Amino acid sequence: MFTIFGIPSAALFGQLLIGLINGSFYALLSLGLAVIFGMLNIINFAHGAQYMLGAVAAFLLLQWTGIGYWPALIIAPLIVGAFGIVIERTLLQWLYKLDHLYGLLLTFGVALIVEGIARNYLGSAGLPYVLPDSLRGGQNLGFMFLPNYRAWVIGVSLVICFGTWFAIERTRLGAYLRAATENPTLVRAFGINVPVMITLTYGFGVALAAFAGVMAAPIYNVSPQMGSELIIVVFAVVVIGGMGSILGAILTGFGLGVIEGLTKVFFPEASNTVIFVIMAIVLLVRPAGLFGRRA
Amino acid sequence: MDTTTSPVMTGSSAAPSMLRRNGETIGFVVMVAALIVAPFFTYPLFLMQAMCFALFACAFNLLIGYGGLLSFGHALYFGWASYLAAHAAKLWGFTPELAILTGTATAAFFGLLAGSLAIRRQGIYFAMITLALAQMMYFVALRMRFTGGEDGIQAVPRGRLFGVIDLNNEMTMYVVVFVIFIAGFLLIYRIIHSPFGEVLKAIRENEPRAVSLGYKTDRYKLIAFMLSATLAGVAGSTKAITMQIASLTDVNWPMSGEVVLMTLVGGLGTIFGPVVGAFVILFMQFKLSVVGEWVLVIQGLIFVTCVLLFRRGIVGEIAALFKR
Repeated sequence: MFTIFGIPSAALFGQLLIGLINGSFYALLSLGLAVIFGMLNIINFAHGAQYMLGAVAAFLLLQWTGIGYWPALIIAPLIVGAFGIVIERTLLQWLYKLDHLYGLLLTFGVALIVEGIARNYLGSAGLPYVLPDSLRGGQNLGFMFLPNYRAWVIGVSLVICFGTWFAIERTRLGAYLRAATENPTLVRAFGINVPVMITLTYGFGVALAAFAGVMAAPIYNVSPQMGSELIIVVFAVVVIGGMGSILGAILTGFGLGVIEGLTKVFFPEASNTVIFVIMAIVLLVRPAGLFGRRA
Repeated sequence: MDTTTSPVMTGSSAAPSMLRRNGETIGFVVMVAALIVAPFFTYPLFLMQAMCFALFACAFNLLIGYGGLLSFGHALYFGWASYLAAHAAKLWGFTPELAILTGTATAAFFGLLAGSLAIRRQGIYFAMITLALAQMMYFVALRMRFTGGEDGIQAVPRGRLFGVIDLNNEMTMYVVVFVIFIAGFLLIYRIIHSPFGEVLKAIRENEPRAVSLGYKTDRYKLIAFMLSATLAGVAGSTKAITMQIASLTDVNWPMSGEVVLMTLVGGLGTIFGPVVGAFVILFMQFKLSVVGEWVLVIQGLIFVTCVLLFRRGIVGEIAALFKR
């Protein structure tokens, strides 16, 4: 063991690790928000609630049917994604011609409904989700202890994030998507079914949130308010990064997670507020956001 | 995306017709009469609380309904004003009017800071920034010693107005809250119908054009934001003195959502909408207090229904009915 700036290395790297974990969730969620906003022009306030639903779905799958972590990692996002598609078809599709603000208000309403129902049936206390045996334990790296599950979360988040980036920026489907974001009418004229693409995009974004929720379940407890607490921070992350760039959203998410972790070590009183303070500074220095384009 | 069109608004901004003026006068007389009679029929405490929230919603509506700016963090001004008013009345021994002024000044100060940051971005970002800043100040309130954390500031003395009039009498307190509410309401009415208000509406409808006409739109938006925050502060401070408590509920994000809901239900950009909305939502919460967490679900359902079917809100729908 050694110390850095008077802080034991284990504590420092431990917080850095927690920062990276939080950062993975910021990145996954802000990525989903950016993808949805690009296609639907709606800021999905229900994103936090859908993240919570992912965790709840994994919890209930285990409780009711005994379906464990690994299948839940696929099934929960599918269920919640399908729920998202239903919401898009029944509610959101009527708003595309209206001001953006209505989308925010409507999805806020959806978030309240989902959180309210969850609170009624689950109570507001957290429910523990048991880790699968295959991911227990950890590695002693000499300067710190690395739990296997945390390493797994960071690794998978990175893969998913860059996979999404690759799919959007480097594949044909992604090209359609980007084109439809720029000019949906023209893309439609080329014979591409844009409304279906919009629906699937929303479903994908929601599934991404649910996936993050499943991964979060063993780390934080499963609780109805886990989403609303997170989504506001993710909004700040989105304001800092700007929604123009996928890669920007990923980098900002991880970066801010790390900064938050470091703040916990050096100035714990500010750890809750540091991201908001950074947002204020970014607004002063670069109003369009770090990776944003001036509207 | 272009931000030029703003269908948030439904009320026409044409020159006020006779019909409309008459409608507003009638509405005002009805409102004042109802508030004078009401305490003889129902709990004055409920009415006082409702008037505080009505003023809060009116202040919020000034920003969204006339400036087209959706603040999702108005709990910051309401809640922090109520903390400072409560603290001033309880620990510094301020008279109620000075305590309310202290709270209001706090809200104005935060309004200036948050407003100057938030107006740097438009539309959806504006909403996210205001929400994030409010959340930051929620955490600050949670941490600071003087707010009492989870307990809040309880047993705030109502004291004597100007050191003379005892406010512990329920009816006296009612008259004071009534006067504050009407004064705030008339001030907002005046602001909306002033040249300043007209410029604000112009910015809402088409900001680039307002800029091209030589208006410094940022300055107008900042002043509107500050006015709105300040009036929300008046509402929050009055609430703290009346209800004798300031707590985390007032400064947390669901409160910001609630004021949006009140205004949306009553009618965005209508003069009386926020008042009607505040009374409706508070009455609903009062009646539904037995169902516990379902209140959240019902609020959510109202949000969804309003956005999909009644974008004009109660007052907006009524006005549209008369226009036909």
